[in-house]
This record gives sequence, structure tokens and C-alpha cells, in this order.
Amino acid sequence: MSQITRPPEDTPVLAAPVRVSEASGRGRSISRFKQRLTPYGFLTPTGVLLVILMVTPIIMVISYSLLDGVITNKNPAFVGFENYAEVLTNPVFFDAVRNTLVFTVSSVVVHFAIGLAFALMLNSPLLGDRIKGLFRVLYILPWLFTVAIVAVLWRLLLSPNGVVNYLLGAFGVTDGQTEWLASTSTALAAVTFINIWSGYPFFMISLLAGLQGIPRELYEAARVDGAGAFKQFRHVTLPQLRPIIISMALLDFIWTTQQFALIWMTTGGGPIAATEVLSTFTYKLAFTRYDFSVASAAAVLVLLMSMVLAFFYVRHQKARD
Amino acid sequence: MTAVVERPAVTDGTTSRTPPKNTGKKVALLAALTLGALFAGLPVLWMLASSFKRNSEIFAFPPRLITPGFSFDAYTTILTDPTKLRFFLNSYVVALSVTVLSLVVAVLAAYAFSRYEFWGKKTINVVVVSVQAVPPITLLIPYFGLMVTLRLYNTYQGLILTYMVFTLPYAIIMMTGYFNTLPKELDEAVKVDGAGPMTALWRILVPISVPGLVSVGVYTFMIAWNEFLFALTLTRTEDMRTVPIGIQLLMGQHSYEWNEMMAMSILGCIPVLLLFLFFQRYFIGGMTAGAVKL
Repeated sequence: MSQITRPPEDTPVLAAPVRVSEASGRGRSISRFKQRLTPYGFLTPTGVLLVILMVTPIIMVISYSLLDGVITNKNPAFVGFENYAEVLTNPVFFDAVRNTLVFTVSSVVVHFAIGLAFALMLNSPLLGDRIKGLFRVLYILPWLFTVAIVAVLWRLLLSPNGVVNYLLGAFGVTDGQTEWLASTSTALAAVTFINIWSGYPFFMISLLAGLQGIPRELYEAARVDGAGAFKQFRHVTLPQLRPIIISMALLDFIWTTQQFALIWMTTGGGPIAATEVLSTFTYKLAFTRYDFSVASAAAVLVLLMSMVLAFFYVRHQKARD
Repeated sequence: MTAVVERPAVTDGTTSRTPPKNTGKKVALLAALTLGALFAGLPVLWMLASSFKRNSEIFAFPPRLITPGFSFDAYTTILTDPTKLRFFLNSYVVALSVTVLSLVVAVLAAYAFSRYEFWGKKTINVVVVSVQAVPPITLLIPYFGLMVTLRLYNTYQGLILTYMVFTLPYAIIMMTGYFNTLPKELDEAVKVDGAGPMTALWRILVPISVPGLVSVGVYTFMIAWNEFLFALTLTRTEDMRTVPIGIQLLMGQHSYEWNEMMAMSILGCIPVLLLFLFFQRYFIGGMTAGAVKL
């Protein structure tokens, strides 16, 4: 039944050629010509949209980055790579790179760990389908909330007078006074934790579907060979999940580096750049300092870094296909 | 559908068999599952509880789930405030338009990818896939200028077109994969009868692709419903703001109305929650297929 609605694992993203029925008789060449043009016709709306709203803005941002005083100044002057020099000599930029890396790597690793642990539990044959269904819905809950909501919720929970501090204080873990989002020593850890909470379900669901797709025969064969639970996990489960894990990790990495709303709404990048990431850094240059030229240079640098990630992602997908 | 729901459980390697004496294991597993559920669910429960409190009770010490001031006042306040209702209207208009338009445009493109071989196909495919990795922050600055130039700044159309750029690649890839699973003889049969490719697409392929369309549609709706950065930058007046920005505006006011923010959050997640409950299997299947095959 799964074949009806989901492409089987081995279908390439774009299918092998399908020959269009040959036109017969008169007007054959005209009809052929028309047929050749047909696919382009189907692609026109997408093409127009991507050219106007993807290609054009990328060209625009690159040219902005080479000019001085764009948008605010009527006749911006060409300044070459000066804006890039300004970004690359700004220590906050490197704080932002470092914070983005810490935030992203920790998020992805823990998303994977929690996602896998929960998926394994939800896939256990020990429990009935009903109870697993109930837990699955509970586990997906954080994913149903938009980032703005997640941010507000955790500001409430992590407030100095909030319930997290109360519980930690009551159990004697901390003194119950921590300013999680307002202290330079805890803010980055706090926003990372929030991101972990809101993002693991996506990983979990993919891994769960992956687990359910592993043929039973593999486990049976492993058992016949005398493999115990751990060995089965190590030699059957993990290798079978590998492609999903790599895809998800790369995707999650790309998305997490782009995170803006969560940080903007919890800490705004502060205190003192403690949670400044590349997106908040760039946003502030543009819309708080109104220095659109330097912001464009930062934006182009971010684009370049993302393209490196995208390259690995596309290559991985190609390898799988 | 890859209904996670319906597939029989497959042993995952953590248990080699199901021997008769696994009660201990079962209890341990249930305990671990419950711990996980607390991690996932407690914050949500607290959100719900807080939306029924008086604002003065939000940080009451010691914290309590249900307070003496339990009421629906926060909801009443929001649902009778035209400004806030407008946030919801805007979000619905934008998200529904993005969903419908993305599906139509994606179905056309997916048909070309799935049923035709043409010059430049591979390149276009790579472009569509890699476009997804372009960071929104890179596009934000030129969009600001572009939308002003195109007179789309602070309009629904501006937001709708912007979101389509983000939803289309995913929708195209998903629908192409979906069409690829449908035998080409289906549309060939119609063409033999003299019908054009458009007829084959809309009369034959689209009607049998409803499950795929639903999962892509749900996903698209969610992206549009949740978007924050562009909604913040490309709209200016209060009557054009969407729910996520509305929540931020509540936070920016002189005093924090926590109970109202929580109530608005609950109201804001209802469409997604309903979509999830009704279309759970499409949701999970579509998302997973996307994640796996993107």
C-alpha cells in the first residue's frame, strides 16, 4: 500500500525518461516541435517565479555588497570589497560564526540522539499499537508550534521567576535564580536547548519511518548468526538507517544555520552578542543600523557558506540515487 | 501512504525476540517513554494552563497548574479584539493562497519532470534542489528593495509570492516523485484518444494524486503559517501582520500580557493541530518521504 502514495526508496528524484507518444501522419514535424516545447511550457510559471524572486535578488545582493550606501543613498559608489573587509574585521562576525556553529552542531547531534532514542522506543514490539500511537502524538507536540510560539513559551518557562527555576530550585539542582536567557554564560545553552526541544520530532519521525522500513529478514538472519540485541542494532539497524541519518543531519544542519526567529524573539542575539548568530548579525546590520551595503556583504558570505553545505547535500542525494 | 500508524511493528534490534518474561523490560520501556513524554508535553501543558490564568497569577509562587483565577478571559480578550482577529485572517489568507498556488505551479512543473525528457532537465533539477539551501537572510535585503519596486511591499501578494519561492522546490520534488510512481500508461491512454497533455494531467493524474497533494499541501500550509522573518520585514502596518508577528507585537508592548500571549499561541497552533489530527498519516508520510528523498 505504501507504493501508491510514496515513491519507493530507489526512485530517483527525477525519473528516467518517459517517451511521449509519437504523433503520427501529417504535421509530424510541427507536432514534434510542439512536443519538444511542451515541458518548457509546464515549467514556465516556476521559471518566472524563480528568476524574479531567486536569481534577481541574488544578483542584487551581490551588487549591493560591492557598493556603498545602497538603498539609503540615491547614487551609491562602487567600493569593491570594502564592505567585505568591514565584515571580516568585525569581531562580532566571528562571534556569530562561532555561535552559529555551536548552536547548529549541538542541535543536530542532540536532535539525532533524542530522535533515534524516541524512534527506537516507539518502534518497540513490546508495546501495543494504541499506546505507541498515543506516545507518538505526545512526542510530536513540540513540532506543531511555530517558532514564534516556541520562543514566547520558553521565555515564560525560563524566566527568573519561571517554573523551570522553581523546579530546579526545589530539587536542589540550582539556587533557582538563574537568568537563563539574560546571562552571557547560559544564554547560548538556553537557546540551543529550546531549539533541541522544538526540532527533534522531525528527526524522530523520519527515523521511525526508516526503522519500519527495515526488512525483518535482516534481523532474522542476524539472529541466526547469533547476533544479540546490541549487535543487531550495530550491524543491521544503524547501517540500514545510514542514508536517512545523513540526509536528515545535512538538512537539519542547513535549516538550523538559518534559524532567525527563535533567537530574535528570545534573546535578540544578546546579551552582548552571546547568542548572536549569522542571521541576527546580518539582520541587525540591515534593519537596525540601516547599513544595507555591509549587511549585503555579510549576506553574501552566509550564502557562500550555505552553498558549501548544499554542495555536500546534493552530492549525497546524487550518490543515493 | 507510509502510514507510520498502520505498519506492523518490526523488531528493532533492541529486543531479540518476545519471550514470555519481558514484563520487566516493558515496565522500563514505559517508564522511559513517560519521561520522554514529560519532556515533550510539560511545556505545552504549562502553556495551556497559563492561558487560563490571570496575568497576575502567571508567576505565582509556588507555581500551580490551575489557579483560583481560572477563566477564559484571555481568549475572550483576543477574540473580541479586531486587531488580533485581523492577524488570524491575514495568516489564513496568506497560508491558504500559498498552498493552492504552490500546488498548481508545482503540479505543472512536476508533470514536465516526470513525463518528459528535455534539454536542460538535469540542470534545472539541480537548481530546484539547491535553491532550497539559499539562506532566507541572503534574500531578505534585496527583497525589501524588490518588493518596494514591484509595489508589493506590505501586501498579501508580496508575502504569497515570497513564500512560494520557499515552498515550490519541495512541492515540485515531492510531486515529481509521486507522479513517477504512477504508471505512464494512464496518461498515454488518454493521449491516444486525442487529448492533450493538460487533459492527461488534470483529468487523470491529479485526481489520483490526492494523497500526495494533501501531504505537500499540509507541509506548504505549515511553512507559510509559521514564517516569521519575511512577514516581519515585508509588512509594515498592523492590518497586514500575521500571527507570528502578532505574537511578537504582544511581547513588545509595555507590560507582558502572558496569559494573552499563551492564549494567542494556543489559538495560533489550532490550524496546524487540526491538520495534523485529520491528516496524520499524510503528514508523516509526506514529511518523511520529503526528508528522505528531498
